[in-house]
Amino acid sequence: MSRIPATFERLARAGHKALIPFFSVGDPSLPLCVPTMRAMVTGGADIIELGIPFSDPMADGPTIQRSSERALKNGVTLHDVLATVAQFRQTDNVTPVVLMGYANPIERMGREHFAGQCAAAGVDGVLVVDYPPDEARDLGQLLGPQGVDSIFLLSPTSTDARVKEIASLATGYIYYVSLRGVTGASNIDPQDVARQIARIKAVARVPVGVGFGIRDGATARQLAETADAIVVGSRIVEEIEASPADEVPARVGALINRFRQAMDA
Amino acid sequence: MKIYDMPDAQGHFGPYGGTFVSETLIAAIDELKAQYLHYRDDPQFQAEFAYELKHYVGRPSPIYHARRLSDSLGGAQIYLKREDLNHTGAHKINNTVGQAMLARRMGKQRIIAETGAGQHGVASATVAARYGMECVVYMGSEDVRRQAQNVYRMKLLGARVVPVESGSKTLKDALNEAMRDWVTNVQNTFYIIGTVAGPHPYPMMVRDFNSVVGRECLTQMPEMAGRQPDVVLACVGGGSNAMGIFHPYIPHESVRLMGVEAGGEGIASGHHAASLVAGSPGVLHGNRTYLLQDGNGQIIETHSISAGLDYPGVGPEHAWLKDSHRAEYVAINDDEALHAFHTLCRMEGIIPALESSHALAQAMKMAPTMDKDRILLVNLSGRGDKDMATVAERSGIKL
Repeated sequence: MSRIPATFERLARAGHKALIPFFSVGDPSLPLCVPTMRAMVTGGADIIELGIPFSDPMADGPTIQRSSERALKNGVTLHDVLATVAQFRQTDNVTPVVLMGYANPIERMGREHFAGQCAAAGVDGVLVVDYPPDEARDLGQLLGPQGVDSIFLLSPTSTDARVKEIASLATGYIYYVSLRGVTGASNIDPQDVARQIARIKAVARVPVGVGFGIRDGATARQLAETADAIVVGSRIVEEIEASPADEVPARVGALINRFRQAMDA
Repeated sequence: MKIYDMPDAQGHFGPYGGTFVSETLIAAIDELKAQYLHYRDDPQFQAEFAYELKHYVGRPSPIYHARRLSDSLGGAQIYLKREDLNHTGAHKINNTVGQAMLARRMGKQRIIAETGAGQHGVASATVAARYGMECVVYMGSEDVRRQAQNVYRMKLLGARVVPVESGSKTLKDALNEAMRDWVTNVQNTFYIIGTVAGPHPYPMMVRDFNSVVGRECLTQMPEMAGRQPDVVLACVGGGSNAMGIFHPYIPHESVRLMGVEAGGEGIASGHHAASLVAGSPGVLHGNRTYLLQDGNGQIIETHSISAGLDYPGVGPEHAWLKDSHRAEYVAINDDEALHAFHTLCRMEGIIPALESSHALAQAMKMAPTMDKDRILLVNLSGRGDKDMATVAERSGIKL
């Protein structure tokens, strides 16, 4: 079993919702990655989503595209991402780590090898944006027995039949995409999100998180009334972009703490 | 004749193709698939499509026997399928008419498209004007610079051209950006993909709309030459003109099918766009196919003198035709394509697109090694007016 269910149970007992920050491994640099992850945990992150850099991030807006490009410029590979998790695990064996990325780097490594490497490194969940369940059923079957969860997206346009299908396959948590658009967009409608989360929760066996376009503590707090987890990505990447490299961990930690305070208030 | 019925219901051509997209696009793709399957079998839709192809596009396009060129090479006879004579100057219009007709029936008022050389962008802007629809074309900023004339043509036709600054600033990045637009505006927007790539049903649908090219050849060749050709040649970037002419010939097993990729500065140089010749399988833009990628699965930048072939992937059906050995794929480099371009200008009074010049160059390579009664049919997929600046620049001439 991954570290994800225990994390949600602990939060439920405390009456809190999960805060899940995202950033791309290698942005601004590989050596700063683990210190940034630690600062995130200190700031109040419950689960960390690590982006696997990809040259063609089709579902991402300009902010995360730039982040992916910086990471690739730094030469970061999927091997580096896995090594980062392994290094993080030397000092933190509690906080779940989820890898988020696109299919091709995984295809290149080989799905079976990738699944084994995830388990060995201490990865808790994998979300591959362009692996819908129909095309990647075997990845779930490879990850599951090794204690790595398969996390899937649902969107405002997902049909009821689709919600049911994904609910039956998802482990760890379900990631609801809050809007019609790409990461970092600004057209989020909290009332619509609340209705959609309720629709998913009616059939889901795992917690339901929400992400895309959550830029401030107030929105996070509002959405956390219905969702079990809040994913913040582009806003964190903007903070990384705006910070001198040596201040990245501290400033990202402080930003996460502001989200934490807003959500728990 | 063997029955060929690819793809399967999920859009797979053997291990290739499929629907590798984010959940945010699944509903739109399911809707598109259902609507296309419905109208594909609708006689009224097909009748309107045939009418548009005849009266708006100018079909059927003729086949021309390039006698002077063939005689000068001293071998096989070269025939040209004159897609360059279509309205807007290339095969691309066949597909955009079909998809725009579908968009209208689906109630989508806004169309978006990606373009490399600008031919598909022009063809999309053209049908948008024809049907009174809003049109936004995404084009890599590098291509905007290389194809200034086509950018202006699109604007004249009422389209908005959005330069894409991300990644390598070429066709693949334009496709990424169009996908992002589609995800955002999915209720009112129809995405007209210009090649036989993308998620299912695009590879099948774009092939079907372009198959008119091959179907015409099947009747025209016996009329002109008394028989079918020995080899059918077409250039392959994404591969829509090639699939269009290949597909009706797939069951005709005596006809060799030959796809010609962009060899750029030579395969050994690494500066090329030959995904089938020098790439490996992977997942990009919604399908599994051959890609130009590094050892870590990152897509690498491509090079070709022709913007229309400058793409690191290829339609999944070509990947299948390669693996199943039904088609052969070779590469022609920039210099060879340019030589073929100039030769056709001087010998036949036809200015071919640089893309099509790749297929022609391969035919010119093969012809002298074959008997005079052999027939090579080249899909002359587009005309070269758009390439004047590129060719002049390569020849050291400032226009």
